Amino acid sequence: MKFAIQVNAGPYASNAGHTAYRFAETALAMGHEVARVFFYHDGIYHGLRYATPPDDEFDYSARWSALADRHGIDLVLCISAAQKRGLLCLDEAGRQGKRDDDLAPGFRIAGLGQLVEAIRHADRFLVFG
Amino acid sequence: MKQFLFVLRRPPHSGAFVQEMLDIILTTAAFDQPTSLLLLDDAVFQLKHGQQPADFGMKDTASIYRALEIYDVKLVYAELESLEERGLKPADLCLPVQTIYRKDIASLMRRHQVLFPG
Repeated sequence: MKFAIQVNAGPYASNAGHTAYRFAETALAMGHEVARVFFYHDGIYHGLRYATPPDDEFDYSARWSALADRHGIDLVLCISAAQKRGLLCLDEAGRQGKRDDDLAPGFRIAGLGQLVEAIRHADRFLVFG
Repeated sequence: MKQFLFVLRRPPHSGAFVQEMLDIILTTAAFDQPTSLLLLDDAVFQLKHGQQPADFGMKDTASIYRALEIYDVKLVYAELESLEERGLKPADLCLPVQTIYRKDIASLMRRHQVLFPG
């Protein structure tokens, strides 16, 4: 089955991000396809490169990055949600006259059209948070 | 093409949430997907007449709803019980809505391929 997933909650606001990660990891392990994970609202904080949790805590950005690296899944942060919260990729920061490079490896920033397209082509669409 | 039903449950001015949901709704409609909305619980307040959030430096999300027609979002459902429990009538809203009984929500949902919580 082909899944599209949306993550709306920030990493530490609720368990939603954690559940989404565990779902994606398990679905992939069972041979399903995760076509795209779209991070929206405060969910965009999952893609923050500089999140530095203590060693004994779940490192969301690093875990998603590793999952993307292992399975080639597409991790997309919504551009408008990310920009208003101050999370900019290198290119966009340059265009805005800023010097940020906030995006964790394996993530990219794109528009809401990428979400609609993922839903259209998926068998199931799940929203966490 | 899939039939989208956005199921909205939050009151207006829930941080940026409502405004960001409206961005998704408008994008979905702009991608020519058949798009309907269902207002449940405190979300019925989102269309309440006479909001003046701009006076407090907040976004006037109700006015964004009025732009939905341009995007071909024609069906806005509001649950009758949610309105009544809050002392509202359809005439208190800034947009014409189709009222629907709570008992009929499940069959409305079954007629859509994508249920989008918001």
